[in-house]
Amino acid sequence: MNGAEKKARFIAPDTLIGKRIPKMDAPEKASGKTRYIHDIDLPGQLYGKILRSTRVHALIKSIDTAAARALPGVHAVITAADIVNQRPIGVAKDHFPLKTDKVRSLRDEVAAVAAESEQIALEALKLIRVEYEDLPILTDPAEALKPGATLIHPEPRQPGGQDALKPSGPVAFTGKPDNVAMRFDYCHGDVVQAEAESDVVVEDTFKLHYVTHCCMGVSGMIADFDSSGNLIMYSNTQVPFLHKREFAEYLNMDPARIRIIQPAIGGGFGSKLDIYPFEVICVFLAQAAKRPVKLVFTREEEFISSPTRQPVLLTLRSGCKKDGTLTFRVVNTLHDNGAYTSWGATTPFVMMQTFSSLYRVPHCDYHTTAVYTNNPYAGSFRGYGNLQATFAVEAHMDKLAEAIGMDALDFRLKNAQAQGEVTGQGMEFDSCGFKECLDTAAERSDFRRKFAENLKNRNSSDPIKHGVGIASMLHVGGGAKIYPSDGCGTILKLDDFGQVTLITGASEIGQGSETVLSQLVCEELGLPMSALTVVNNDTAITPWDVGVHASRTTFIAGNSALGAARLAKAKVLAAAARKFECPASDLDLRGGHVIKAASGEALIDLPRLMRNLHFSDKAELVMTTFYYEPPSSYQDKRYKGNVSAAYAWASQVVEVEVDTETGIVKMTRITAAHDVGRVLNRLGIEGQIEGGVVMGQGYALTESLIIENGVTRNPNFRDYKLVTAPEIPEIDITFIETMDGEGPQGAKGVGEAPAICVAAATANAIYNATGVRIYGLPFTPERVYRALHGKGEKLVPLTAKAA
Amino acid sequence: MSLKHDIEFTLNGVRRQASVRVDMSALDMLRDVVGLTGTKYGCGEGECGACTILVDGKSLNSCLLFAVDCNGRNIVTIEGLAADAKADALRAAFVEYGAVQCGYCTPGMVVQASHLLATHPQADADAIKRGIEGNLCRCTGYKKIVEAIASVNAADKQGARP
Repeated sequence: MNGAEKKARFIAPDTLIGKRIPKMDAPEKASGKTRYIHDIDLPGQLYGKILRSTRVHALIKSIDTAAARALPGVHAVITAADIVNQRPIGVAKDHFPLKTDKVRSLRDEVAAVAAESEQIALEALKLIRVEYEDLPILTDPAEALKPGATLIHPEPRQPGGQDALKPSGPVAFTGKPDNVAMRFDYCHGDVVQAEAESDVVVEDTFKLHYVTHCCMGVSGMIADFDSSGNLIMYSNTQVPFLHKREFAEYLNMDPARIRIIQPAIGGGFGSKLDIYPFEVICVFLAQAAKRPVKLVFTREEEFISSPTRQPVLLTLRSGCKKDGTLTFRVVNTLHDNGAYTSWGATTPFVMMQTFSSLYRVPHCDYHTTAVYTNNPYAGSFRGYGNLQATFAVEAHMDKLAEAIGMDALDFRLKNAQAQGEVTGQGMEFDSCGFKECLDTAAERSDFRRKFAENLKNRNSSDPIKHGVGIASMLHVGGGAKIYPSDGCGTILKLDDFGQVTLITGASEIGQGSETVLSQLVCEELGLPMSALTVVNNDTAITPWDVGVHASRTTFIAGNSALGAARLAKAKVLAAAARKFECPASDLDLRGGHVIKAASGEALIDLPRLMRNLHFSDKAELVMTTFYYEPPSSYQDKRYKGNVSAAYAWASQVVEVEVDTETGIVKMTRITAAHDVGRVLNRLGIEGQIEGGVVMGQGYALTESLIIENGVTRNPNFRDYKLVTAPEIPEIDITFIETMDGEGPQGAKGVGEAPAICVAAATANAIYNATGVRIYGLPFTPERVYRALHGKGEKLVPLTAKAA
Repeated sequence: MSLKHDIEFTLNGVRRQASVRVDMSALDMLRDVVGLTGTKYGCGEGECGACTILVDGKSLNSCLLFAVDCNGRNIVTIEGLAADAKADALRAAFVEYGAVQCGYCTPGMVVQASHLLATHPQADADAIKRGIEGNLCRCTGYKKIVEAIASVNAADKQGARP
């Protein structure tokens, strides 16, 4: 080449890390061109609809589908009786998609129809006659625990292991002797001794309510069998590879014959982590009708039949010494499991971490009983139990500090975890910016001054009281070792135009994963973002990933993408080294070129080098694969272990105005300091924090799914109040960059973190403003007004025995 | 089974006819009869704004409008805003300011914002917040949406100066 005669070109170092990178899928979404599940139709497609129970708890005496089957345009009507070998689904395998002999909650699926149109399917549902015989309703978990309570899952198991009611099929229900779905018991240290040595002990009972995800895109899927009998599912799941495996087991199919395609997802937030009846029913309908079937919820259905955040009744007993050293915590919780077991029952995995390890607690006892009732069942939801646990812990941090006359911030700083600590539960904090988070949030909000000033003004004549409260959180930030693998695979392809295709197992659910993964790859390969194409939505193409949950995608999929990019870079530089007859270590990639590392002089542009490789005798295409498995471990049987490769920290200060005459609480400002390891995409991470904060605001102030006697009373946006634009507080965000040694470019997970401590800090702010502490959520005007007038809800403490 | 009605209207600048059930919403007509899926179903009760369209220059929840009532009217959907320079600036601002996450509410939000800027060119941040009060977003916390809309307004004001 005659490059030597040309003027040498130098490329200055640049970085994409920490920049404001627009989301790659945003232009399509903002133009209305993105196709969600609702926007996809297959040729020959039928429409599925589900008939749900009209009773909260009842025996199904008979189902008459004859008239529905006779309706023109109806292709299939199915009930449990039509499905050979229907199997149970869910975390505890206690849930038949189509109910056999009994309904246990109002959401229960009794029959389903596939028809030429949605209208015909709905007409057909009206023609199905179901005869019920009511059973006693259990909607209070404490009642459900009492001896002699009606059993929700009493079905006896036959000696041969079959269900007595369906001898031909596998067993759904183990014939439980009581209504206990799950128990969790954890301890470290000796709480009895520690309590004896405490100067101050406080105990309170907290009641956390039902809220639900409210994804703007309602649930839906399309099931299609190809001519060879392979199943193709167009699905919104957050866990495509786990889903594929579950469906394979469920349908007794070779997993290789199941393909899951994920169209754009209209919000997840944890709602799409489990397998749900509607998904199995959609497959049943496609089998029965021998046509593709699309099944999409109405908003009302979404409210009624989607899982909720776990409601919790919780008694916390905590102690400290006069010098401010925390001594112990004893926690008893009662989880309302609802009628079936989904991920909500397992939130203690996360909750106990907050009790045992957010602050240094030398002695800790934790007990949960999850109890079956006839209420809606609880699933996983952003924060996964941590909102509930943090609400209690941070109330006690304020109460203990006040009891010993110590400043609320100093008390927290004294007990805050620091880098290098290993907690009683076995969590190892390799990076920890907790104290920096506390200091930063306090300083930027002028916490100490406002706190003292508000105390002085409590008894002023102004009915509007100002309050400021602080709360902090600890959450997994480097994956969570729940499954045998917590890893993610990447395939990277460089083509002869220097274009890169990143094929990742990690799903995009709106959080911006495809952009941040592309950014990591581009940074490594010295390419602009425009050089990247991402494939992330088809199990037939993408490598395995455990799913979008536990704030894991940036960390796990990021490390995986980075690993593949590093391999690709090594291959490219090795080829360039041969070409330019120099050591590869003298070369680097920058601005789409191979450069001399020392001077930045451009040697060749990447597309040209790639084509050279292509056309040379020793042709080599650059394709790499990488699988990343984080260095974390399972919890042992006592729930101890370092489950995450990194941990995220945050402190948030909430400022409120409380109108003591109306009970209206206005959130005016949130100052958030988050230890995120390192900021990768500043635009994306701000969006995560802001969105999480406002979701936390909804949990604290407005959102409540009202369940009365098992009936969801407000299944619509008119009565279930999401926060709207005029209500949002001013939001001030500071990122604490602790540069985690294991994180991709030093980053840690952040997805769940911002929602976790808002309600806890708000409770503390209301107390600062009024001197009244409220133990239940949300802080609606009614609840606050009652509490201010001494008429707050009296909660009965849970004892270890009761729980 | 149900009665049908023939209607004629202008959709995104093009005169067209449709035969629609009398109980059909404008939303269902746009999505299922016309095949434009940019307008989204979020609640079907006029509470979320995902289905916002412009009818004779007014922004409406298309789920609450009967398809037959589109007869003789001028309808603009998110797809029709493709030719509109102001809407183009809005779309670009939504991208640049990070106002899009899952994106499901975004088309309705962009339609509402374009209507807001057309009718209230002086809108400040508080007025913008009130202007999108009827559009729910579960992902972003609204802040970046407000910033995006405000940026277009600010650019307009600057551009208007001599």
